[in-house]
Amino acid sequence: MSLLTSLARLRALDEGIAQPVATVRHCHLSARPMVFVPLRLSGEAAAPLAAMLGDDRDRPRLLVVPQPRNRDLRFAWAAELAGVLLPYVESFTADTETVERRGGDPYERALDAPQLVVPNTGGVAFTRLLGRSTRFRRADGPYPVPESVPLLGRWLTYFAERAAYPGSSLTLAATEELGRHWASGQSGLEDGNLASLVAWITEGPREEAEDPLVWPPAGPATDPGFDAEVLAPAIDSGSAERVTEALRTQLAPTWRLMWQALDLLAGLEPGASVAQRWEQDRASFSAMAESVAEGGPPQPRRDGAVAAAARLARMERAQAAYEVQRAYDDPLVMAEYRLTGEAFAGEVVETVPDNAEGEGRSRKLRPLVVIKTDDPVLLPPGTALGTPERRAQGGELVEAHEGLVTVKITKGMGRGKTAAPGTVPDVGERVCYTSLTGDFQGSPGLPDAEATPWTHGGPPQQYVPDDEDAQEEWS
Amino acid sequence: MSGLKREGDPAHRLDALRGTTPPRPHDARAIAALAANPGCARRALMDGAGLDKDAAARHLGFPAPFGQSPFAITRGNAFEALVKADGCAELLRMLRELLRLPVAEVAYHDVENVGENADARSGAHLRHAHTRSLIDRAARGEDDAGTLYDHPLLALTIAGHTAFLEPDVVAFQLGGRFHIVEIKSFAVIDGQAEPSAAAAAARQAAVYVLALRTLLEELGHDPLRVSHDVVLVCPENFANRPVATLVDVRRQLAVLRRQLARMTTLDRLMAGLPEDLTFDLRPGEDGRPTRPVAELADAVRRTTARYAPDCLSTCDLCFFCRDEARQEGASDLLGRQVRDELGGVASVAEALGLADGSRDPAEGQEEIARLLRNAERLRRECLGSV
Ligand code: SF4
Repeated sequence: MSLLTSLARLRALDEGIAQPVATVRHCHLSARPMVFVPLRLSGEAAAPLAAMLGDDRDRPRLLVVPQPRNRDLRFAWAAELAGVLLPYVESFTADTETVERRGGDPYERALDAPQLVVPNTGGVAFTRLLGRSTRFRRADGPYPVPESVPLLGRWLTYFAERAAYPGSSLTLAATEELGRHWASGQSGLEDGNLASLVAWITEGPREEAEDPLVWPPAGPATDPGFDAEVLAPAIDSGSAERVTEALRTQLAPTWRLMWQALDLLAGLEPGASVAQRWEQDRASFSAMAESVAEGGPPQPRRDGAVAAAARLARMERAQAAYEVQRAYDDPLVMAEYRLTGEAFAGEVVETVPDNAEGEGRSRKLRPLVVIKTDDPVLLPPGTALGTPERRAQGGELVEAHEGLVTVKITKGMGRGKTAAPGTVPDVGERVCYTSLTGDFQGSPGLPDAEATPWTHGGPPQQYVPDDEDAQEEWS
Repeated sequence: MSGLKREGDPAHRLDALRGTTPPRPHDARAIAALAANPGCARRALMDGAGLDKDAAARHLGFPAPFGQSPFAITRGNAFEALVKADGCAELLRMLRELLRLPVAEVAYHDVENVGENADARSGAHLRHAHTRSLIDRAARGEDDAGTLYDHPLLALTIAGHTAFLEPDVVAFQLGGRFHIVEIKSFAVIDGQAEPSAAAAAARQAAVYVLALRTLLEELGHDPLRVSHDVVLVCPENFANRPVATLVDVRRQLAVLRRQLARMTTLDRLMAGLPEDLTFDLRPGEDGRPTRPVAELADAVRRTTARYAPDCLSTCDLCFFCRDEARQEGASDLLGRQVRDELGGVASVAEALGLADGSRDPAEGQEEIARLLRNAERLRRECLGSV
């Protein structure tokens, strides 16, 4: 958290209503999101109890395990879940576009992709565990499960993995996304409560948001009081209907909150880079769909050493890119960098559009721009700069003195003798420059998987689930 | 025990703080939680006095948000029973693998039934005495035979009060070394457990290590014969099959020691309190508190709290203290990070005043005031609200 966000939280506390910490939306919102609110049986790692899900806010599906300790009922539940989720996922694979790749074969990319929306980070973790507990099952052999169950497991695993990928919108946790756009007047810990966070954003804090009798927890954990007083007797009664109705009371309020959260986010204009990140999501989704279609193996229990390092490197690059994009898309995010002296904004007071360096053939056009700013500039001369107003442009800080900063434009002003029109800002224009730029380090030279050094376990064996995986208990 | 306590004696003073409310024995979870907010004087005093904070919070109208689902309890009990079945046969198999023990058999002592006919307190003393003599014998013994002690009863002194620890724990001794074994029902999946659950288990296990070390020391043995590696037994993956892991709890031990040492210096905290201050709930015949709520609240407020959002998962008084922090407009409400970011500006109004320039920085506040003003300027500029 930054001082800017802290200030927003203080303001929120003082005014009794959440304050914006973003001026645009930084996630993609699907026209047809799959809202997924799962519940788990208390005390168990991954024993499903129920889920409310669907892509239509008026028609949620409620899936319940009426006797949560019964293994067969669990798999039946997983098959039902697959019956809703898999057709949804597959509905996005038909329409594709062909994408040319430099130095590679063209590939097919889905025009749109699924989006799973869960209430909170606990929902993501539970999605991962559900995926883990189902993807190694088999439809044949000694412990058969419905064919759709292992497939469901692979997709759930995929969605959980994408949730951890910086900037990806394939899986959203509602509390996380809201928290990226609004600062409440409570702690980050308390923001994990969806009812409470939505209340802060819409009408101000409400005591009842923390009352499980008014707003049941958004899962995956249930309220212990509900477990003791309602659920346990319902399960003991053996009436599936009673269990179902009991769980409906716990899920329906969260269901409404989830759509409210999506509406809140939809009220913000998308940031300029959102579409580009969603394009990467679509590509990732297509690759996964292809792997599934080609009968590839399920994701391994654990990555091999090289795969793990490669994944980490990818995530770090994605994180860096995401941070830069958010700052370029959103002046309020850029303000964080202005506060720490890594960016500055102000009005252009003077320009030398035809400034040049060198003579004759080596003469280079280097327009100068002088900006008057109130920001503390802590960047040394020579720092490479980028600017959100002209993303293709590159510059260099010449000097900063008493609120006047001179910038030399080095890239993105055309090839002519004079700067192309519009490439050099005019006097009076407001501009922002930052040392935060899109040049990230390329992928570190990691060996291919087959060349994993023996010190790191040698080349990984492709993971092929065996009968033991398939019969692993799910108790 | 000598029945005579001097006036002003810390233990006496602590008893007075609790008044007629029966003491609440600390369990390992409570002791482990002592270290959660070491800076809080309110909590240190209440815990030192052995006060039932849960009852106090309920009486104050701010019941703690902690509850345990019957499903979780059932599951925990079933798993423990499985691990301990047939004289801990399953446990022994795992220990053999984990600690690479060449032993075929070990002796098994169940201490649970000792003293069961006595009343609770003296029963505890009996069981503890029995545990002591068993451990003493093992520590003296030359022979290398391994022994499992089920339901040993350990003790720790918290601010002058003996807390008996009723563990679901087994102490395992072999070749003169003792290991604490802790059984937990959260799952370890593909070698990973939920971090917060694992951390809590390590903190609790550290309490047992400390108690057992103290015991050895009292008996004149080398306390370091209790290993700082505890054995954590959890279900593996999605099955009920247990798996044992060694967990190093040295760090947790250090934190715990520091906090316990702090609690022996409670007299300093008490020095500033009014003589007649008490948290007495004045339980009536039926055990229900009869003390006027406002009076109790007032007494509690006389002690300094140090609310942090972490309290919401560690301390029974959390809702009371949060409410107090709200009324005071304390920036603590927003979490440690915000507090640190504000560099010591404790009140919301003060921080906002510095930000919008309506308040002049006090000495030493110039830097944070400059940052806050800048932040305020930037927010206004970006949100177009000039
Ligand atoms: S809840 Fe109150 S008494 Fe408990 S640790 Fe926090 S501040 Fe101290």
